[in-house]
Amino acid sequence: MTTETMTPKFDIAQTSGQFSTFYVGDLYFGVDVLHVQEVLCFQPMTPVPQAPEVIEGLINLRGQIVTAIDMRRRLRLPARTGCQARMNIVVRTVGGAVSLLVDEIGDVLDMDASIYERPPENLDSSAKELIRGVYKLKDRLLLVLDEERSVDLAVGRVS
Amino acid sequence: MQDQDVIREFLVESHENLSRLDQEIVELEKRPKDAALLASIFRSIHTIKGTCGFFAFSTLERITHQAEGLLCQLRDGQLELSPSLISLILETVDATRKVLASIETSGEEGPDAFEDLAERLRVAAQWKVDAGVESAPGAEGLDASPPCVAEANGGSSSSAPELGGQSWAGADGEDRRKGEDRRKEKDRRQEEGRREEDVQRHSAAADANIRVGVGLLDKLMDLVGELVLTRNQILQFNTEREDAALNATSQRLNLITSELQAGVMKTRMQPIGMVWNQLPRVVRDMSVALGKQIRLQMDGADTELDRTIIEAIKDPLVHLVRNACDHGVELPEVRVRASKRAEGILTLRAYHEGGQVNIEIGDDGAGIDVARVKQKAIEKGLLRPEQLEKLSDREILNLIFQPGFSTAQTVTNLSGRGVGMDVVKSHVEKIGGTVDVFSRAGEGATVKIKIPLTLAIIPGLVITSGGERFVIPQISLLELIRMDGDSTEKHIEYVHGTPVFRRRGSLLPIAYLNHVLGLKSAGRAEAVNIVVLQAEDRQFGLVVDGINDTQEIVVKPLGKQLKGLTLYAGATIMGDGRVALILDVLGIGQGSGVFAAHHEQARASGPQKAQSEIEKQRMLLFRAGSFERLAVPLSLVARLEVFPQSAIERAGAGQVVQYRDRILPLVSLRAVLESSGHDEEPQPDPVQVVVFNDGDRSVGMVVDQILDVVEEAIAVRQKTGRKGLLGSAVIGQRVTDFLDLNEIIQAAAESWFQGVGGQAGDKRILVAEASAFSRCMIRSGLEMAGYRVLEAGNLEDAVHALEGQPVDVVVASWDLPPEGSTALLAAMQRRPEWAKIPVLALADSNKPTQSAAARKAGFQDCQGKFDRIRVLESVAQLVSKAASAEAETVCAGEVG
Repeated sequence: MTTETMTPKFDIAQTSGQFSTFYVGDLYFGVDVLHVQEVLCFQPMTPVPQAPEVIEGLINLRGQIVTAIDMRRRLRLPARTGCQARMNIVVRTVGGAVSLLVDEIGDVLDMDASIYERPPENLDSSAKELIRGVYKLKDRLLLVLDEERSVDLAVGRVS
Repeated sequence: MQDQDVIREFLVESHENLSRLDQEIVELEKRPKDAALLASIFRSIHTIKGTCGFFAFSTLERITHQAEGLLCQLRDGQLELSPSLISLILETVDATRKVLASIETSGEEGPDAFEDLAERLRVAAQWKVDAGVESAPGAEGLDASPPCVAEANGGSSSSAPELGGQSWAGADGEDRRKGEDRRKEKDRRQEEGRREEDVQRHSAAADANIRVGVGLLDKLMDLVGELVLTRNQILQFNTEREDAALNATSQRLNLITSELQAGVMKTRMQPIGMVWNQLPRVVRDMSVALGKQIRLQMDGADTELDRTIIEAIKDPLVHLVRNACDHGVELPEVRVRASKRAEGILTLRAYHEGGQVNIEIGDDGAGIDVARVKQKAIEKGLLRPEQLEKLSDREILNLIFQPGFSTAQTVTNLSGRGVGMDVVKSHVEKIGGTVDVFSRAGEGATVKIKIPLTLAIIPGLVITSGGERFVIPQISLLELIRMDGDSTEKHIEYVHGTPVFRRRGSLLPIAYLNHVLGLKSAGRAEAVNIVVLQAEDRQFGLVVDGINDTQEIVVKPLGKQLKGLTLYAGATIMGDGRVALILDVLGIGQGSGVFAAHHEQARASGPQKAQSEIEKQRMLLFRAGSFERLAVPLSLVARLEVFPQSAIERAGAGQVVQYRDRILPLVSLRAVLESSGHDEEPQPDPVQVVVFNDGDRSVGMVVDQILDVVEEAIAVRQKTGRKGLLGSAVIGQRVTDFLDLNEIIQAAAESWFQGVGGQAGDKRILVAEASAFSRCMIRSGLEMAGYRVLEAGNLEDAVHALEGQPVDVVVASWDLPPEGSTALLAAMQRRPEWAKIPVLALADSNKPTQSAAARKAGFQDCQGKFDRIRVLESVAQLVSKAASAEAETVCAGEVG
């Protein structure tokens, strides 16, 4: 096993395994289920004046203060119409837990490396930097979200 | 395979030993003849050597062994201590530290074998041994004073028989080994005896103390933080319900949580000496390198601080000490020329003051040359000459904290690279502290650091703005100002578009929190709240929509996404479970632009003057029942007395005591404040009593404990609702309740004074005073004397009150907003029906000049604001004078 391939282990872990899926706009995303701490319905939120606009606010997660990032604004998608409550996906990152605000939660899916591909080159730059790759499902595409880069606001910033 | 735990234990122990060694060796240099000190050093080295022999760390063993040999010579007086020897020993300590660090990271001793050092140590010891043998040939043969090499050998073989013996037998000279077995045996026995003693001493210490991981303490602190938050939630919940059982339980929870919090905080406290330990070494190395003579004096090494703060100030302290050695203390010849002692003195002081810890680093050197600082500031382009003209010396001195500033003539490799003082400042400010520098030419300079005791849980003021709650750390809070809507326009003025507020005669820059944060303003509010804040040494007023509450809050860090925002210091969780942001006062000040022009600002008055203008009062603090901190102005207190329980008698419904041939009625404060059945708790014996004089009658108030007398500026937060209390304020960083003496005395001693105030009858007194707190104090005094009291907070209110109903006497504070009480007097003079009303001016008690000015201005009388008796006397006089004047006019009218 040790000399079998030079491919970094990292890639194998990323290209197969279980993914927690969710919807933002008409995009279908997945994050590695091992990086998801929990999924919550919309929480009371404290806005942070003068913060970058992708930051929706702060939530109290059992005494821990967690920053919530609006994924629509993060991906530069149009703001959501209607008043349906958004969902929190709390992901574990190097800098601590961060909540991603998404439209809807999907299933947890098993993915196989055989249907994995790098993200298309012509993807919009705002999304491209946050997406690791794509799983070609039968009826649609599942975009693998890089949670570390998503919560790092320096990534994809247009000055 | 070595047991990792045992090695870890060894490392911890060795590090402890080494830090003690550093200190002891420097100490030894001063007292070379101190045998106990030498023995202790010897023991420390010996312990390290013994253990590393056990682990087969050969490099370490080799150097410690040689050092031990050298020390042994010193101990037995065969070798004279010299600075070069001390340096050699210190070098050994450093080498040991290096090897230990390598063991810690890699588990191995590392590549450097320190052969050279070992050799030098050996030569140093050997050479002198020979010299010693020559000079005192008889000594070696005597059993009573065994020679040193044997001692060293004995030590090594008893603790690490194989390794120590094998590797070093040759080096020590085989010839000496012969015929020394008996002596060695003896040494070993001695050594063992000493060890047993050590073990006994150690085990005694171990019984009383246990070693706890810092991680566990941090975890505990976090949990206590959570508990405090939950407690706050319960307390809030409690206020919404009318449930006696819940009430009692939550009060108990409150008490226990506070105690637990205090206890856990204490476990995290460490004496500042922990950081200071390394400083003697720093000073010693510096003075050798610079050719200076510096003595380090440390004062208050047992002052305790939270360990997170200890960590944070470590580097700034070392830097400041280096700086003082390098730039502060002069060379010996320079000192002698200036007729000072050749030896410079560096003083470190630490002490607690008002909930903060002060650390001072002072030297008796040349002081900071203000002219050079000026010149440097211009050279470095920090300021223009005309800007410097406007600055006071103190402000110029503080320029050394600007980035890129260094006045050292030469850049040494020790300090003076122009980074440093600004780093010190930013480090200290990061933990909520302040740095200040004082200097007297030729006498030295002192850097003073003020830091909070702890960071984790702080008192904060909760405010609202734009519909959101925010917390302001109480440490930066100076006072709260509330103005009613109508008068707002007049109070906040604009200088070239910048809002300012006239506060007691000086201009305070104003920022609107809503604007700073880009929030919607709440529209026209009926009142304007200004929170006066201080960051660094600058003050500004922050206009907020509402002021809610003070709370103990637990500071939680913000995620890294928000780290770039300077407006917030963190976040906390409020009683209702929602998150609230903690404002960073410095950041808000910068964000709003009130600080931006700080160098240009013509601050002619200077920060110190502004400071002294804050209302200061002497307050007596005490404790009663569940009220941990209660206060009354000291000016109202006649005496503090202690009576034995047996002296207390019952008379009528209450308790009395015979006092100076009179009967002094006693009021149990606990009974008044906690009307529930708490009174069956036995009162302590003897009883502590605060005696109040009011005219010719006295009342004694029984309290549990007198805590303190403080003189402090008071930020009052007005809140009534509880019987017997006027409201709360922050004194010494803690929320303190103010007693309503009037109500307390009325409530419990009614029977004693009924009808006493009768003669004052229906006289109306108008009290015009800006501070709600002072107004309340004066009001309760007057009401107790039987007057009816009207209140006014400013000129407009006062005129309004005068229009409303006839008033017999007006009592107006000297600094009545907006323009002082003379404006009120002038307004009254204009109306013939008011012109005759006597006006008593209230001056700040410590300013006699105001009193003279008041009489000149046409006031009938002037008294100190908190001198209750004199105020009452004066009012009584004025009332009777007015009455007789009225009678005269009536008579005159009849005659005419």
